[in-house]
Amino acid sequence: MTIPLTVNSTTHQIDLPGDVPLLWVLRDEIGLTGTKFGCGVSACGACTVHIDGEAVRACQVALRDVWGEVTTIEAMGTPGAMSILQQAWVDHQVAQCGYCQSGQIMQAAALLAETPRPGDADIDAAMEGNLCRCGTYPRIRAAIHAAAAKMSEV
Amino acid sequence: MSRLGTIARRSFLIGSAAIAGGVAFGVWKLNQPLANPLQPGPGEAALNPFIFIDGSGVTIITPKAEMGQGVQTTLAALAAEELDLDWEQVRVLHGPPAAAYYNSVMLGNVLPFKDYAMSDFQHRLAEEVGRFGKVVGLQITGGSTSMTDGFVRLREAGATARETLKLAASAQLNVAPASLRTESGQVIAPDGTAIRYEDLAEAAAQIDPPKVTLRDPSHWRYIGQSMPRLDQVAKATGTATFGIDVRMEGQRFATLRMNPNLGGGMVSYDATRAEAMPGVEKIIDLGNGIAVVARNTWLAFRAAEAVEITWQSAPYPPEQAQMWEAIEASFADAPNSTMRDDGDTTNGIAGATEVTAEYRVPFLAHATMEPMNAAALYTGEALQIACGNQVPTLVQSHCAEAVGLEPEQVSVETTFLGGGFGRRGEYDYAVYAARVAKEMPGTPIQVTWTREEDMGHDFYRPAAIGRFRGAVQDGRAVMLDGQIAGPSVTASAMPRLTGMQAAGPDRVLVEGAYDQPYAIPNYRIRGHITDLGLPIGFWRSVGASVNGFLHECFLDEMAHVAGRDPLDFRLEMMRSEHAPSAGCLEKVAEMSGWTGQTPEGIGRGVGFTYSFGTPVAQVVEVAQTDSGIRIARAWIACDVGLALDPEIVKAQMVSGLVYGLSAAVMGEITFAGGAVEQQNFWDYDALRMHTMPQVEVAVLEANGHMGGAGEPGTPPSMPALANALYDLTGTRARELPLNRSFDFVV
Ligand code: FES
Ligand code: FES
Repeated sequence: MTIPLTVNSTTHQIDLPGDVPLLWVLRDEIGLTGTKFGCGVSACGACTVHIDGEAVRACQVALRDVWGEVTTIEAMGTPGAMSILQQAWVDHQVAQCGYCQSGQIMQAAALLAETPRPGDADIDAAMEGNLCRCGTYPRIRAAIHAAAAKMSEV
Repeated sequence: MSRLGTIARRSFLIGSAAIAGGVAFGVWKLNQPLANPLQPGPGEAALNPFIFIDGSGVTIITPKAEMGQGVQTTLAALAAEELDLDWEQVRVLHGPPAAAYYNSVMLGNVLPFKDYAMSDFQHRLAEEVGRFGKVVGLQITGGSTSMTDGFVRLREAGATARETLKLAASAQLNVAPASLRTESGQVIAPDGTAIRYEDLAEAAAQIDPPKVTLRDPSHWRYIGQSMPRLDQVAKATGTATFGIDVRMEGQRFATLRMNPNLGGGMVSYDATRAEAMPGVEKIIDLGNGIAVVARNTWLAFRAAEAVEITWQSAPYPPEQAQMWEAIEASFADAPNSTMRDDGDTTNGIAGATEVTAEYRVPFLAHATMEPMNAAALYTGEALQIACGNQVPTLVQSHCAEAVGLEPEQVSVETTFLGGGFGRRGEYDYAVYAARVAKEMPGTPIQVTWTREEDMGHDFYRPAAIGRFRGAVQDGRAVMLDGQIAGPSVTASAMPRLTGMQAAGPDRVLVEGAYDQPYAIPNYRIRGHITDLGLPIGFWRSVGASVNGFLHECFLDEMAHVAGRDPLDFRLEMMRSEHAPSAGCLEKVAEMSGWTGQTPEGIGRGVGFTYSFGTPVAQVVEVAQTDSGIRIARAWIACDVGLALDPEIVKAQMVSGLVYGLSAAVMGEITFAGGAVEQQNFWDYDALRMHTMPQVEVAVLEANGHMGGAGEPGTPPSMPALANALYDLTGTRARELPLNRSFDFVV
């Protein structure tokens, strides 16, 4: 008995128990390693992906409970064709170790989809679940503002 | 010294050698050439491997691990500066384990000098001792040494390659080498003919490289500029490979469950239930715990929890209170070190006012964002290891030993590190992966720790107690006598890193206190070692992470008793002792608009620590809000002597500050029943977006020697915050973390 799962527009038949968290299906089964494991208990945001456009912690959603299409960092843009948000990340030289950044970008993308011109308080509220042990928060904030400005131009 | 002098006599040899379809370039030091780890053909081993050029272009090999500090970018810029590459042409790779990549600086930093007061002779001696790193093959990213270590070596490698390529072009074009120039990865002749380095590589491999002189700094294009980091695109697109992302054909996924009583073994275990769980392939007895191999990491996590284990107890006092008692008791022992002893600190000073205080700082975990992990494949004749690490040669030799192979049979690929902070300077995670792989020959294994295992099996920043006495007179400090007691990083880590026991006075125990640039006539710092038998390790800024807090909180208390502004009080003692340090304080005062006065509801504090060759002054501002105290703003002024890449230095300073503030506000590892109590980020948290202050950084370049950037931002942040809280509330917290004494915005 396999479970269908649609990730980045491709549907996979997953042969794993239904209680395996989406995070580990993505990383170990489908080989999409851009989504990271940080805590496993919803305390760090490193595993953030979108389900039907909503930012969720992939470590907390069981395979059998995935309610829609999953989008991961790999579908946000590629090194040769980055999204506006990713380009803003590069322009602001946000990443240090980089380990938290997939989750930060997915969380920020969901914020911008809902609030196209977020204020600092919006950014605080949306991003506070995403830990960065390297402390890149000021650059993340600047990159989100810059991406928002850029997106409103187009 | 004479033997060391002989071994370490400087003799630059410059070499090149053929590799498949190209050439490898570089320099190596010392009398015996080091084997080239990039494995050219027989007879061509005598070369260092910083640059190689083949049909696909130029690759710069960085001997240091990229863990977020931007080291690959800056090391590549040093080589590219001399080699005349366009920035888009620059590609980098982590070097394999090899003695050729020895850290030439770090060992020199164990000498008991005060860096700010080092004479040129002492600096030369430190260089000589550092070069001894070659003899013991110390390949390590740490101690904020990467830039001082690579500054000359990478530029020489680039210059050597450039000049050799010009010789090759000169032969090909039949023109004088002096008439050739280099640009954008090409050698260009007077008539405009341009030959790509790739096309000269094989010919260059046959040429003895000439002696080179390095370019004058006035011609630098990259050094001193903020370069676009080479790792940014990969890290913004999820395509950067960390250790945890290594995937090999047929790979299985494993996890560990080790004895929470650190160092204890296993009495017995029952894996019956776990073995029957879905996806579980094997359960391995590791002696001090078990590993579960499964087809999916999470299935392995769940099965590992289901194994019933009876643990042996810990080889140290099991309760936190007993540990504090042991640390207190060590004050009664003779000091292990007295690194500073100026004037007379034992007899009172007539007419002076005495000040005393006792401080406590807790154990801390590294909590790198990427939990510990490593991938391994064992085939019987060879072992392949892939992981983020700061010590490839140690990973290689210890993994070899663990599986009964020779080091030459073990390959180590260093991936990106999802944070290091000192934790990846250990090699336990790699050795466990090697041992698991050995039980599954031919099957690649990725061993991932849960966050809880990572938190509970660290090499912790030691807890410590500081007892300080001082005296002030006429608004000045006339005496400071500090004693620091706690477990020793050196004593715990030396056997792991070198196989030798630590000997002699422990400098690390007192660094950040004995070596501060204050003119205090009677000034003594003593260290007392507590032998707890607990695994202790290097935590970002090491001894200074403890002592910066003790020393700078105490100076603040002295300033208060003296009735002085705490910044002026420091500045006055610093100006005569070390001008660049005073310059940092002046700069941070200017940036923050320091007046010594703060309005109701606002508090400001200052902190200063000279560590890893870099003086750093910080001002932290806190604000009382309805929902608690908020760290509102921070200002940093540092002097790195020469900023090879100012933006990267700034990013490191901010990062160091946040790491320190996080620890100061809420960082605490405690023991109960022999095990670490904290489990995950919900009880070992850090600053986040909404609790992060606004930060401004100024990078100065007045200091006489190049200093580090990765660590020196951490120590002064903690006292600056505590001093700001005193300014705000009038309460002097002498114990970390500060959330024991204050309510912060959460
Ligand atoms: S791994 Fe999912 S929130 Fe941390
Ligand atoms: S960049 Fe390292 S954890 Fe965020």
